[in-house]
Order: sequence, then structure tokens, then C-alpha cells
Amino acid sequence: MTLTAPGAVVADAGAKTRRQEPQAPGRRAARPSAGWLGVIPLLAFAAVVLGLPVAAMAAGSITTTNDAGGTVFTDANFAATFDGPYLESLMGSIRLSALTAFVATMVSLPLAYAIVTSRFRGLREAVLSASGVIANFGGVPLAFAFVSTLGNAGVLTGFFGLADKGWSLYTFWGLAIVYLYFLVPLMVLTLTPALDGLKPQWREAAQNNRATGFQYWRHVAFPILFPTLLSGFVLLFGSAFSAYATAAAMVGSSIPLVTVKIASALTGDVLVGQSNIALALGMDMIIVAALVIGIQLVLQRRTSRWLS
Amino acid sequence: MTAFTLDPRPASAGTAGATLEFRGLRRAFGATMALDGLNLTLNPGEMLALLGPSGCGKTTALRMVAGFETPDSGEVLLDGVDVTGTPAHRRDVGMVFQSYSLFPHLSVTDNVAFGMRMLGTPAARRRARAQELLELVGLPTQGGRYPRQLSGGQQQRVALARALALEPRVLLLDEPLSALDAKVRQSLREEIRRLQLELGITTLFVTHDQEEALSIADRVAVMRDGRLEQCATPEELYNSPATPFVAGFVGTMNRLPGRLSSDGALVDVLGLSRPVQGSLHGRDGTADVDVLVRPEALTVSAAPDGPAQLVAASFLGATTRLTLRLHGGREAVADVPTTHASTLPTGARIRLGLPERPVLIDQARNEETTA
Ligand SMILES: Nc1ncnc2c1ncn2[C@@H]1O[C@H](COP(=O)(O)OP(=O)(O)OP(=O)(O)O)[C@@H](O)[C@H]1O
Ligand SMILES: [Mg+2]
Repeated sequence: MTLTAPGAVVADAGAKTRRQEPQAPGRRAARPSAGWLGVIPLLAFAAVVLGLPVAAMAAGSITTTNDAGGTVFTDANFAATFDGPYLESLMGSIRLSALTAFVATMVSLPLAYAIVTSRFRGLREAVLSASGVIANFGGVPLAFAFVSTLGNAGVLTGFFGLADKGWSLYTFWGLAIVYLYFLVPLMVLTLTPALDGLKPQWREAAQNNRATGFQYWRHVAFPILFPTLLSGFVLLFGSAFSAYATAAAMVGSSIPLVTVKIASALTGDVLVGQSNIALALGMDMIIVAALVIGIQLVLQRRTSRWLS
Repeated sequence: MTAFTLDPRPASAGTAGATLEFRGLRRAFGATMALDGLNLTLNPGEMLALLGPSGCGKTTALRMVAGFETPDSGEVLLDGVDVTGTPAHRRDVGMVFQSYSLFPHLSVTDNVAFGMRMLGTPAARRRARAQELLELVGLPTQGGRYPRQLSGGQQQRVALARALALEPRVLLLDEPLSALDAKVRQSLREEIRRLQLELGITTLFVTHDQEEALSIADRVAVMRDGRLEQCATPEELYNSPATPFVAGFVGTMNRLPGRLSSDGALVDVLGLSRPVQGSLHGRDGTADVDVLVRPEALTVSAAPDGPAQLVAASFLGATTRLTLRLHGGREAVADVPTTHASTLPTGARIRLGLPERPVLIDQARNEETTA
């Protein structure tokens, strides 16, 4: 994904202003260079570990095995993914990912801002270290942690009598909370450097030009942070969209999610001969991810001409 | 360098300069007294340079005018009105920061028009006015660019245009040139001065570069440790510094060993007797002091029995700066006409002379030689 160091965006913008001579935009990089040769190993690596599986998946998604044991082209796999429980799982994943990514983005902004502006350096270090750990907390251990605290027999569920109040971890919202648990720290880590890059002079210059606090956020801070928020959102979306083990361990197939559906189709839990449909679902995921990144790039280009 | 295309009609007719007054400003940061009772008045339309060593409180004083800092006690008055409690975004002052204060995501035009946008000025009017200001600062064709596409000097011009856009009553400049290289710095400071005179805007210019302060300000206020040391015209500051600190801080100053007479009225220096500037009467007993003398005030002549020795000469054009070693190892510098200096070989014995004028002395003897 195109998510390399979203925080670098803002810091970079300031660093480059030191240039003394004006330069016509787009005048540089005209000379052909051999610099791209250096990325050949990376490209080769990507071709092997990304390209080959995708090619195999693409091939499998448009073929099927007929009764004679031969391989024939078909659009039935894709057709199946856009119907019934498969479509439901795809939409469920998109809904859960978009929602949790959005909520995590909104929650993380004030959190990260509080950390950055805090006068206690220790708090900042502690929160960032904890975020680093929690953001990488996932899979079955994460599911277990939540089951034992907020599950039906969980410590907190019992202590606060949550079950009586209608709480259940094994619902869409329960799962959303588990996802937020690792998405929020991930976003805090993404936003902190960008917030650090907001120069105090900008706030003061805004105030000096009659901007209220709200106007500063509306016209200065938010537009400058927007590219980072956007790429952070996409990062979170991808992270949630592709998550599997936690959901599988926690809710199994009771909440329709595409990753869980792919797993059950591949292993033939429910029905045999579904593996090509699983591959088609995988292709659907790639398309969704590509669409999201595409939208990001368009928005980014329209809102961030100042960065290029 | 391009000159400002000055509009014959002042761009801001409403900007009749305001009076700016600091009254007993105090501000402590923990144990440091950033401002320790600062009193200072800027006259309408005046450009005043606030000069002083690093950490003496210049920026703190300026930020109090802008409303970014509040005094522990004392007040800031604008045209006689106490604005100490007014929030920054409602003060009628324009500020140029040291560097990188332009909004990176806005074009040059939008940067200049930012304040008007905050106040709800219609877009067409904003753009026209921004263009007018960009012409004023010599950047009529750069409106569509982004800050990072501009040089440091151009960025500061834009910042200046932005600070002037709302026709503020006072213009504040906090070392606006310090991030620029020497050549740009010099030309831009002249343009700032020309623009300031044209608009007649009361301006406070913070700098720690004494040459900069002396060259563009109507008056220079020298600060030290949060207090005003002296506020005077550049000539006065140079020719009759009020204190040894000012004398040493502004221009080059020799410290010659001297001996104060017992009544404090006369000082013996270089074998000559000179009256002491300022009153030291009523003290008792002679004392060793430093006598402060400008390089151009010293006269030199070759004399085989002279007390000083010429150790180096550096050519400055019409004058040559001679470095002299005095009896006792101290050094002094003297600026003399080059025609005269060329007659003195290195190593020559020299006799030094002083004009018949009261001299400034520093009773706290300092073993260093010159500033
Ligand atoms: N926000 C702050 N917190 C703590 N100390 C501060 C703060 N602002 C200023 N100071 C201290 O107050 C003193 C005066 O600072 P100030 O920035 O006004 O100096 P200055 O004259 O502008 O110096 P410089 O020429 O280096 O810019 C310094 O000792 C500085 O360390
Ligand atoms: Mg300062």
C-alpha cells in the first residue's frame, strides 16, 4: 500500500522551504537517471511474493474444475461472491472496517493532540510505547483477552453486570470495539509525528491574522493534517479489512466477514468444492482495497497540491 | 535587487501610526526573569529596534504586544489603551516571524488574504487587496505559488505582506532576516525600512544584530537581562553610550587601563588626564578602571619611546584598523586614515592620543580587551 510514513508529509513540507532559489514546479527530474536500477531487487521480490499469488488467485477465480477433472473458464465464482451469504460477508467486512477506521481516526486525533501538547514528556513516551505494543496486538491472544474480560463470563462483564444491560461481545459492535482496541493506537502512532509537524508559528500567525481557535483548526491545522488523516484512515481500513484470526476465534462465522468466509470456503467446512469461490472473494478484497486507495489518491491530489 | 513599487497612495490610508507603550512589564519563566520591569514608548510612525544579547527578553516583549504572552505585571498600551487582556486574535497588530510561518497549504495570495478571509471579506476584494500588497513587497507575479516554492527572502516578503494586510496599527518584526543570507538580509532590511516610512506604521523590530539595528531604526532600545539599558537614536547610542554595557554592545570599543582620581572627576589614561563622563563625584580613593574609547577616537603617532607596539594592520578602504599591544599585554584597535597607517611599519613603537573630551569609564574592570 502507498502508506509510507504518513507523518513525514508535514515535516517534509517545512524542511524544503529552506531552498533559497525559486524553482519552477516540475522542472526537476527531467534528466533520466539510473537510480531506478536500485529498486530492481525490490521489484523482483514483490513480483515473487505478491505477484505470483495474485496471478494464481486470479487464475483460480475465473476457472473451475468440471466433472471430467478438467479446468474450464467460468464466471460462476465471481457471480457467487456477489450473491447471498458471500456478498453479505463482503459488505459486512467493508462496513466493519470503514466504521472502525472512521471512529478510530476521530478518536485518535484528540488523543494524539493531547499527547503532543502535554508538558509531561514521560506521558508521551509511555503512551507511544504502549501504542506500539497494542497496535501489534492481534490474533487469537487479542480475542482471548477480550473474551476473558468482556465475554459472557468475562471479569468486567460480571463486575459491572453488563450482560443484564444487553451487552454481548459476540456482536457486530462487540467486534468493532475489539478492532478499535488495536486501531486507535495504530492511528495515534500515525498522527503523532504529523501533529509534531504543526509549527507553533502557524497557530500564532493564524491568531495574529484574526483567526479564532476554531478557525485555526478549520483553515490551518485540519487542511495540513488532512493527507495524514486520509492515509491513516486507509491504513486502518486495510488493517481491519484483512484481519482474520481475532474475528475467527471470537465470533466464528456468526458475524459475516469476508476473511472468515474465505477460510471456511477454502477448508470446505460447510460445502466442498468452494475453493475457487474463495479465490474470487480474495480478488474482491483486492478490488475493494484498490478502490479505497484509488479514492485516497484522488482526494489527496485534490487537497494537497501544496505538497508536490 | 528589486525595489518596492511603492504606491503613491499609501496602501493603508488608515494606518496612521499608533503609540505603543510598555509599562513596567515583568515576566518570569521559572527562575529566569525574561522581563524585569521594562518601560519603553514608541512614538507614532517610529521604527524602533529592540537590540540585546540572546535571552535578554526581546522576543518576550514583542510577544506581549502580539498577545502571545501575558505579563506577570505591568501593561502594554496601544494609543493609551491597555490591551494586556485582549486576546491575540483581536489585537490590531501585524507580526512577521523569524521563519517558516507561512501556511504551507495555502498559495501566496491566500496566505496574504488569510486575515481578510477570517474577517469575512468577500473573495474578490481579498484577492485584489492581496495583489496590491504583493506588488508592494515586490512579488507581483508570485501569487499562485506555494510557500515552499519560494526562496527564504521571498517568503519573508510574503510574511510582511500578510502582516500588513489588515492595516494593523503596529508592525512587529522578530528577527525577520536572521534566517537569510547576508546579501538578501541587507537588501530586504532596506526595503522594510522604505516600506515602513512610506506607510508610516509604528514598527518594533527585534534583532540581536547591532549593525541591522543601527542602520534602519529611528531609535534603538538596548536591552539587558529584561531591562532597558538605553533608548536613543543610533548616533547617540554610538557616540554617547549611557552605560559600559551599551558601549561594549554597540560598535567596537577599546577598554584601556585607567586610574580614577580620588574625587572621581578625572581619569588618567595613556598618560593623559581626561574628565569622566557622567558624575562619579562623592566617591573616595583612587581606583583602577577601564576607559572606553572607540577605535576611531584614538590617534596614533610613531614614537621610539611610545608605550604601545603595532602588531597588525588590516586594510578597510579609506581607513586601516591597527591592532596595538599596550603596556601590560592588553590590545587596542585604532582606525586611522590609510595614508597615515601606511607610514607605520609593523612592530613600530606607537604613542596613542585621545581627544580632549569626557570619557566613559567602567568601574568593573574587565580583563578582556575589545568587544
Ligand atoms: N516559554 C518559555 N518558557 C521558559 N522560558 C522562556 C520561555 N520564553 C522565554 N524564556 C526565557 O526567557 C528569557 C528571554 O527569552 P527571549 O526569547 O525573550 O529572549 P530573546 O532576547 O528574544 O533572545 P534571542 O535573541 O535568543 O531570541 C530566556 O532566558 C528564555 O530562556
Ligand atoms: Mg528572540
